[in-house]
Amino acid sequence: MREISAQTITETVARLCMESNNRLSADMENAVRSAFETEQWPIAKTTLKTLCDNLDAARDTGLPICQDTGMACVFCEIGQEVHIQGDFEAAIHAGVARGYTEGFLRKSVVKDPIRRGNTGDNTPAIIHTRIVPGDKLKITVAPKGFGSENMSRLGMLKPSDGEQGVKDFVLETVRLAGPNPCPPIVVGVGVGGTFEKAALLAKQALLRPVGSHHPDPYYAAMEQELLEKINQLGIGPQGFGGETTALGVQIETYPTHIAGMPVAVNINCHATRHKEAVL
Amino acid sequence: MEYKLTTPLTEEVTRKLRAGDTVLLSGVIYTARDAAHKRLCECLDRGEELPIDVKDAAIYYAGPTPARPGQAIGACGPTTSYRMDAYAPRLLHLGLKAMIGKGKRSEQVVEAMKETGAVYLAAIGGAGALMASRVKTAQLVCYEDLGSEAIRRLEVEEMPLTVVIDSLGNNLYQTGPQEYLSAQQQ
Repeated sequence: MREISAQTITETVARLCMESNNRLSADMENAVRSAFETEQWPIAKTTLKTLCDNLDAARDTGLPICQDTGMACVFCEIGQEVHIQGDFEAAIHAGVARGYTEGFLRKSVVKDPIRRGNTGDNTPAIIHTRIVPGDKLKITVAPKGFGSENMSRLGMLKPSDGEQGVKDFVLETVRLAGPNPCPPIVVGVGVGGTFEKAALLAKQALLRPVGSHHPDPYYAAMEQELLEKINQLGIGPQGFGGETTALGVQIETYPTHIAGMPVAVNINCHATRHKEAVL
Repeated sequence: MEYKLTTPLTEEVTRKLRAGDTVLLSGVIYTARDAAHKRLCECLDRGEELPIDVKDAAIYYAGPTPARPGQAIGACGPTTSYRMDAYAPRLLHLGLKAMIGKGKRSEQVVEAMKETGAVYLAAIGGAGALMASRVKTAQLVCYEDLGSEAIRRLEVEEMPLTVVIDSLGNNLYQTGPQEYLSAQQQ
């Protein structure tokens, strides 16, 4: 058994909260800057320039890229040969509290969904864990802003809806969202599983490098086709019109029941943030 | 058209603005988002005076990150505006002239804007670090317990904004994509 202390987990989560909010991953930054280079429509190009300038400003000032520093989604892959000394989930929450406080990040979590009331330290985190072979612990922090989260949808489609049904649902979701989720967006799609599995797949799809493709050529082609169709909607950066509505479409799938075809679409904005560490 | 405007904004000024115009806004604006709007309307329900004077004012739908020592404010881009739609018409009828945010608005808000001559301006969503440089001072006004959602008085200098919906109801979120799509077909 390999020992990992709760304190190490807390320190790692705190660091990942700060780093993910202050700098985009290289793939996302490249995607935003390339979109500025290729976009031809004037107002869209100007808007993308502003987004590039904002990335520069964040780097120069140390400020977060976006004020919505999100609810901290923490994905953990725990090697089955690892023993954690201390309370694992408490260690993660403590890391979020420390990262958001010491990093001057916004505290955006309320303690009750209806009665509200800010918790003051951005806890609790949303924690997803998987037990995997090995003796490592992989932690990914993905702060999720709610401008885009609110535009996400889940549909319990019928098997007869088929491939076209899935594509239509994704396109309809993006069209309905329009300017609200801060386009250019990244679209995570989860197909299959159950009600909750589809939603989790959609969120996990957003952890992949933007522009990466599903290993199955069938879904890789669908990702490409959906990206092209989304970028023909005309919504453009910030919804002002233009080509660049999405920077990537990423699909994750899972086997499902004979009676169903759940589809979840999780929208992310141009500040698609995630940062990982392996302990 | 590009306008350099300073608050307070009179109806005469806001009625001239058209969807698609750009505005560099200077002067005093107030931040308020979901929870603060709810409190403002509860205040009106009780017949009390509002903690801010909304006549000819501009409200910025924003909840900034905390300021680091020596900085006026943290990252402070706009939040999505439709969540304030339930409250905005009341404030517009009290004289509010500009709402700054991002994303779609309801028909009720647009109707109230037409009646009162107000405008809806978009700041670039997700450009929070850049916007911070346009904020010279930030002071807490009220609702400190709401944290980031408290109402703050900001002094801004040449805050870059785009007119999305004007007082005639023209909407850049409709016309912008339409113009792009028709240009592609030609």
